[in-house]
Amino acid sequence: MTVWRLISREIAYRKLNFALAVLAVAVAVGCLVGELALLAAHETRAEQLGENAEAAAQQRVQRLEDDYRVITVKLGYNLLILPRDQDLAELHLLGHTTKTMPEEYAQRLGSANVITVQHLLPTLQQKVEWPEKKTSILLMGTRGETPPAHRDPKKPIREAVPRGEMIVGRVLADSLHLAPGDTVALMGKTLKVREVRQPAGNEDDVTVWINLAEAQELLGQPGRISAILALSCFCAEATPEGIRREVTQILPETQIVELSPQAATRRAARARAAEYGAETVAAEEAARAAARSERHAFAAWVVPLVVVACIVWVGVLALLNVRERRDEIAILRALGTSARRIFSIFLARSFMAGLAGAAVGYAAGLALGQGWVRWESGGAQAAASSPLFDGSLLAAVLVLAPLLSAAAALVPALTAAQQDPAVILQQE
Amino acid sequence: MLRVTNLEKAYKGQGKTVRALDAATLQVAPGELVAVQGPSGCGKTTLLLVAAGLLKPDAGQVLVNAQDPYALAPDGRARFRAENMGFVFQQFHLVPYLSALDNILAPTLARPAPDAAERAAHLARHFGLAERQDHLPGELSTGERQRTALARALLHNPRLLLADEPTGNLDEASGKVVLSHLAEFAKAGGAVLLVTHDPRAAEYATRTLRMESGRIET
Repeated sequence: MTVWRLISREIAYRKLNFALAVLAVAVAVGCLVGELALLAAHETRAEQLGENAEAAAQQRVQRLEDDYRVITVKLGYNLLILPRDQDLAELHLLGHTTKTMPEEYAQRLGSANVITVQHLLPTLQQKVEWPEKKTSILLMGTRGETPPAHRDPKKPIREAVPRGEMIVGRVLADSLHLAPGDTVALMGKTLKVREVRQPAGNEDDVTVWINLAEAQELLGQPGRISAILALSCFCAEATPEGIRREVTQILPETQIVELSPQAATRRAARARAAEYGAETVAAEEAARAAARSERHAFAAWVVPLVVVACIVWVGVLALLNVRERRDEIAILRALGTSARRIFSIFLARSFMAGLAGAAVGYAAGLALGQGWVRWESGGAQAAASSPLFDGSLLAAVLVLAPLLSAAAALVPALTAAQQDPAVILQQE
Repeated sequence: MLRVTNLEKAYKGQGKTVRALDAATLQVAPGELVAVQGPSGCGKTTLLLVAAGLLKPDAGQVLVNAQDPYALAPDGRARFRAENMGFVFQQFHLVPYLSALDNILAPTLARPAPDAAERAAHLARHFGLAERQDHLPGELSTGERQRTALARALLHNPRLLLADEPTGNLDEASGKVVLSHLAEFAKAGGAVLLVTHDPRAAEYATRTLRMESGRIET
């Protein structure tokens, strides 16, 4: 008679007690394995979904950037080309230029086949006193556009002011009660009001536009201009730096100020699109991390709870088994079986229940995980079954579950080993 | 083989002390079947358990084969029992999930022996259990159960057989079979201490002692 034969016969005889112990371990192991399998499955699925979502978000961002590029491509860059010695601080403080450059620069730039300029507007401007009206104005001489030589002429963005006429800013016109058709004297020259501009909310409201040649005469600056407005510039290097480099190669005695807010808008729009994309991806990742964290937190208390409950369950079943076998223990002790052997019999029985429970529980947990994955994916992920199998987890479970089960039976086994056979045998 | 001298054993509980053994003295030599008879509660079972090394006396000495089992550590005492003694009880105390043959082999759990299987089969045949040896105790008659218990007690050829009311649950015929087997064991050189109030025991005993209130009257 060996211990294993005794245990196997006892298990076969008391099937229910052993089956319940196996079930307890299987529930604990199944819960653990199922939870881990589900977490792994979710992890894989979330990873896939996340990658898909990230790819989709990046595609959307790319599309958005492209859309912005297309939408803003026609905005171009607006440049103000100034004499190199023009103090920019002075320009910004005064609101007008104080230096001049040759009017010929406009032709030179227009003739150059380097940059694509939609509109070139040479101007001469100066803040002056309008002696006849006793008010300060910004006098702007303009001749209209200098057509770029290499391009087909386009409808000018700003018409030239004909000789003998003037265009008046809204605030100035209102304060001087000027209206189109009025004839006024400006610095001794009689001019007819051709147009009153709509309110602009800037220095244009106090500006008087006259013909460039007449302005040069009035201001004593023949053949001179103070700035060239290059509107809607496009070039191979579509950056302000690139355009600046190209223009200064053509007109080395100038400096270039980027005026156009559209370019900044375009850059801002594209930057915002990129930010939006990054935020979308980050939000996606954060949502996944939060979901993962919730699942882990849930598993972190549910699984230990079930494991502890099952250990108690196994312990109680072992205790019941000991109580049921008091007579048997007494006679085995009387026949010379040592307390250590009795102890090992009960421990080994529980170990076997743990081993059987671990195998059953692992299979059940795996099946549960696979079933869940299949259900969740609508049966599409039949191939997802194999990745859930974890050999190292199986090995760990097959080692730890029997040990824990045996540990749960430690107290009952000690009780059995310490049982006094004389007490039982006297109770006949 | 067995010598007990001035054994004292008292049970305390609920403010009362019951003296189960009071200077109990006896000896059983090889080849003897000593029957101790007495009324219920006179201390017969206590005497048997003390003699078996299962219940330490308050005073006195037990010598089995000239060795005091209580001088040994618990595991050593268990081994000593396995090597020297056999037991038969009124309730048989068979392991319910082992077949009759496996029950006969139960002592090998403590003391494996290479020829145990053959000897168990021989004992099963000797006690008329050959046809029933694969049956569980619950499927055996009371007589068969007691014969199974007796075969188990004899598996290791013990020098001392301790029997506690072995015929208490048996009909007359079965009781006679058991008593005759005990007598047969004694005739073969074994020592038997039989505590019983079965009057038939006297017919098979080499000596009959009377026990009263923990004392053995010679």
